[in-house]
Formats: sequence, C-alpha cells, structure tokens
Amino acid sequence: MLDAVSHVGVWVHDQDEAKAFYTEKLGFEVREDATLEELGGYRWLTVGPPGQPDVNLMLSRPGPPAIDAAATEQLLELVAKGALGPGIFRTEDCRATCKELEARGVELAQQPDERFYGIDASVRDPSGNLWRIVQPIEYDIGNLS
Amino acid sequence: MTPPPLARHLLRTRDLIDRRYGEPLDLDALARTAHVSPRHFSRSFRRTFGETPYQYLLTRRIERARHLLRTTEMRVAEVCLAVGFSSVGSFTTTFRRRVGSSPTSYRRENGGPVGADRIPLCAVMAWARQPGDGAFREDSRPSAD
Repeated sequence: MLDAVSHVGVWVHDQDEAKAFYTEKLGFEVREDATLEELGGYRWLTVGPPGQPDVNLMLSRPGPPAIDAAATEQLLELVAKGALGPGIFRTEDCRATCKELEARGVELAQQPDERFYGIDASVRDPSGNLWRIVQPIEYDIGNLS
Repeated sequence: MTPPPLARHLLRTRDLIDRRYGEPLDLDALARTAHVSPRHFSRSFRRTFGETPYQYLLTRRIERARHLLRTTEMRVAEVCLAVGFSSVGSFTTTFRRRVGSSPTSYRRENGGPVGADRIPLCAVMAWARQPGDGAFREDSRPSAD
C-alpha cells in the first residue's frame, strides 16, 4: 500500500533562480540543497511549503549524463513554452495570497477568478512552470459527466 | 546564468494576453514584452504555440465569453465589451464562426454550469483551443476585433 506523495519533480532552467523564487517569492523553505561532487556536481535541491513538511518539490535542472544534451534542450524548451505545468497550490485566501505575491514582485499569469470549485489564479516560476493557486470551496453542480 | 530561451519571453507575452484579454492589445506592445520586433514576434509566437497572437487572443476572448454566457445573466452586449470586443456585430460574427451558434443561442442551449466549469481554468483554456483554424492571417490585425 502506498502511503503518500512525498516528492514531485519540477524541471527548472536555473536552480539558483528557482531556489530564490520558491523561497523568497512563494515563501517555501529549503529542505535539502546538496551538490554531489562524486556525481559530477549534480545538485539535489528540494523545497516545500512550511505547513506541509512531508511534501517536497525537487527543483532539478536536466543535463548529461542523466539526460543527453539534445533531450535537455527539448525539455527546457517545453518548460519555457509552458507545456509542462506542474500542479496546484491550495490557499485559504486566494485574493490575499495573490496580493501578497504581487507585492513581492511576482507576476501572476492569471488574476483571481471565481470558478465553481473556488477562487483560482495562477503564477509561473522563472522557468515557465505554471502553478495554480486555488482557494477551494464546497460545491455541488450535479452530474457533469 | 544562461539566458532563458526565446520561448520563455513569448510565454510571458501569452500570459499577458490571458490576463488582459479584455483590453485593446497592441501587437507592438506585445512584441516589446517579448523583447523582439513585431514581425519576428508574430512569426515566433506562431512557431512556438501553433497560432498567431491574434488568434490566441480571440480564442481566449471567446472562451471567456462562453463562460460568462453560461454562468451569468450579463447581456450579450455586456459580455461583448467585457471580453474585449468593441462591436457586438464583430463579436457575434466571431462567436458564431468559432462556436457554431450565436451568443444568444449558445446561452439558451447551454444554461448553467457544465463539466468544464469544475476543472482548473488553465486546462479549459488549453483544451478549448482551436489553433490554426485559418480564420485570420498572420500579422493581419495588430489589435483587437
């Protein structure tokens, strides 16, 4: 039986830039940041929201030898064009959170918008990954299948 | 730090279209956001995302209009202005061409929420697109409607 999702991978263009964004802009904490010389300088970098210590984002930069140069370029191009949206963040107050993020210089990809499932906005990290920011509400809109 | 790919700049501009679709958007201004010339911008945007900036803008406006028609009691003229068209005639023609019925008929046939209303807006925006429908030439219109 699987217990939980603990780590989710996010491809980034630049790990320093990503680390600064996720910590200084989004308020995440660094969980691990280790550069392993025995692995050719591979950097293991994870961050997560302070209130959720068992969930980590792995901010990884693709590259050889794990991923060849051509595939690395393709991957980073896909991230840059917004083709690899990683997920959804939950918040208790979407509008207040977005105001806070904008005050820190974050450019929202979408301003808060009322949907049937809640209030919803989105933000991109510097690499191009899209995260939605959702304030969920209970709703019942019947059978929509 | 290596500079981000051109696609990242273009994505930033696409996000701007998503945020400000209700305003008259100027091709030159959009190109400046992407740090390229207007002509290069339109070609690059199409190569990256499969449709011109203007086609992208129209699809976003129509997607939003469908949502407003289904879920609010705004009059058609109000919806038209809210999504960035300045003439009801142009709005109705574009809507009919893309959706297959007039705004009024669409509302009558699709009153209330549908399945798409319960999933994140980014998924709706991405999967409701009809790129390359051939309705508009590249570089044909520098601003809305």
